[in-house]
Amino acid sequence: MKHLLQIADLGADGIDEVLRVADTFAEVNRRAIPKVQALRGKTVVSLFFEDSTRTRLSFETAARRLGADVLTFAAGSSSVKKGESLRDTVQTIDALGADAFVVRHASSGVPHQVSTWTEGSVVNAGDGWHEHPTQALLDAYTIRERLGGFAGRRIAIVGDIRHSRVARSNVAAFSALGAEVTLVAPPTLMPPSTEGWPAELSHNLEAVLPKMDVVYLLRVQRERATEALFPSLREYTAHFGLTAARAAMLPAGALIMHPGPMNRGVEIAADVADAENAVITQQVANGLSVRMAVLYLLLGSGVDLAA
Amino acid sequence: MPRENELVIRGGTVVDATGSRRADVAIRNGAVAEIGESLDARNVLDASGCIVAPGLVDLHTHLRQPGREEAETVETGSRAAALGGFTAVVAMPNTEPAIDSAAVVREVKELARTALCDVFPAGAITVGREGTTLSPMAEMAELGVRLFTDDGAGVQDSRLMRRALEYARGLGVTLAQHCEDAALARGAHMHEGAWSSRLGIPGMPSEAETVMVQRDIELVRLTGAPIHFLHLSTAGSLKAVAAAKADGLPVTAEVAPHHFTLTDACCAGYDATFKVNPPLRTDADVAAVIDAVRAGEVDAIATDHAPHAPETKDAPFDQAPPGMLGLETALALSLEVLGLPTDRVFALLSWQPAVIAGVAHEHGGPIAKGRPANLCVVDPSAGWVVDPRHLASRSRNTPYAGRSLTGLVRHTVLRGEPVVIDGEAQR
Repeated sequence: MKHLLQIADLGADGIDEVLRVADTFAEVNRRAIPKVQALRGKTVVSLFFEDSTRTRLSFETAARRLGADVLTFAAGSSSVKKGESLRDTVQTIDALGADAFVVRHASSGVPHQVSTWTEGSVVNAGDGWHEHPTQALLDAYTIRERLGGFAGRRIAIVGDIRHSRVARSNVAAFSALGAEVTLVAPPTLMPPSTEGWPAELSHNLEAVLPKMDVVYLLRVQRERATEALFPSLREYTAHFGLTAARAAMLPAGALIMHPGPMNRGVEIAADVADAENAVITQQVANGLSVRMAVLYLLLGSGVDLAA
Repeated sequence: MPRENELVIRGGTVVDATGSRRADVAIRNGAVAEIGESLDARNVLDASGCIVAPGLVDLHTHLRQPGREEAETVETGSRAAALGGFTAVVAMPNTEPAIDSAAVVREVKELARTALCDVFPAGAITVGREGTTLSPMAEMAELGVRLFTDDGAGVQDSRLMRRALEYARGLGVTLAQHCEDAALARGAHMHEGAWSSRLGIPGMPSEAETVMVQRDIELVRLTGAPIHFLHLSTAGSLKAVAAAKADGLPVTAEVAPHHFTLTDACCAGYDATFKVNPPLRTDADVAAVIDAVRAGEVDAIATDHAPHAPETKDAPFDQAPPGMLGLETALALSLEVLGLPTDRVFALLSWQPAVIAGVAHEHGGPIAKGRPANLCVVDPSAGWVVDPRHLASRSRNTPYAGRSLTGLVRHTVLRGEPVVIDGEAQR
């Protein structure tokens, strides 16, 4: 594997491999000195054109724990403001000797474009509405850790599917691993077409909750109401928010997940977010091991992990 | 003793609206002097195995001048046109400033004096193409402007569009509409459907085009003024136009080659070369465009040649400008893809658009004694490969890079002057 641009680049076997390698790094991360030298001498550039401190820190920490050098490019304080084109920015940094670019951009497809302009590997750290593959991998890791596997598991993804890169990656990953995915949202928050999507659709959260092993809530942005996608956050919460009463409809042992940052009181009630079966902070913790696994598989083939 | 012919196009098959015949064409003083066998002249263009047709007429060219000379100029665009077999192009008014006054019409005409094809500026319907105030159409019509359009955008205000149609009727000019409902298309960068949903790119539904086509058909019914629909791309639009024609309404329609050769699947790699307005549609729309052309429901093939400087297309898909080159590939694609007899392809690219553009007295044939010698010579069986580096346009944004095409423009003659000989521009 040269790049990780979308979950389809991995397939079921590739996802399994990432999760297996992530197990190894989870063990590393429990050590007193959580560091290996698997990527020593490699340079990883984090190229974040969109602010996302948590994702950037997760990737940069992952790279450092593998022994890589990390260059941080923050678009806000850089040449982008001086009118430099995306291609020129990438090729300039490429000339510094980057082995991998971790790319975050508000526009769908930028990691694809970057991959055509550099010899290095490209990891998509979230592009527009398109994909956020490492989020899906850490979600899959968390589910596997808690439920043991995916075969026959039912997972509901609830909320603003239309604008969600997390949803696109998760549908691809969860279904590849054998889960049955149901998308739950008002029709205005569904993608215009779900032709070919391996998922069921529902507009009724309460009807699907009793059958689910996982309910995965997406962040709902306030500005969607001004685009007439729903009348108000209040009405959204009334029909699609995971309230305590609705959480009680889940079967025992079902997981509650969220990619963060949460809007407590909107898509998820505060007490539900803190419930025992909510694994939201574990998702964040697993992100580190999974991102180490991705960087290692892209850059470190042949390196002995035990070293 | 007859005066000497300046040029003979020898050994070709002459094709025009009156039919097809093997003949040589002799040219004198910029006009066709004689059509016959074994004609002679000081200069001879070989046309053996070729079609000799009236020069092509493009209803939809963006020459970008004034204002966007880094993307194209009248000179470079007209060279691309001549190499594509065109002897006349209608220059779209979305320049900077817009062609919305006699002054800018004069400027474009002045720039076009040394062009390699005739350039007919279209005027804007509204001042600055802003969709709020009627432009001075009469003063532009006095300078010969025959088509008016806010191309790049449609006239959104139904009341204003009604008034524009009524006013245009009085001037004997035609309005041309870029059909796109701005509210339905807001924020969109490609066709809305399975591909936009997968790629996470905001899409515009087909209906953004179709609702404006249908509105304008009703306004034509109301006002009696003619309208020309630019670059129709959806099955629904073409159906509506066919129905309007059946009702006897004065509507004409053009389609662009990219809408009968490419689909929204081309956007899968996020290459903004494939970003265009109206957007590339579905397989079903492509089939509908081809069917409508074959059924005679489409009046013209127009290129929507839209040059953009390379750096602007190296941007994220949702930040790159829409548009693709078309002048140098339109004829070959039309010959290859539509499955029509050659004379019908030339009808769609030459004499039918010449009538819509109001230039049929100079362009589009027929090839007859005394007519202006605006001609193209095409080898319909010669193959070539599209190489963006070898296009005459100042820009490189062809979606057909690397594609093998059949149908090659050998020579182009503008008022008797061979501006293209053996595929090489002469100036």
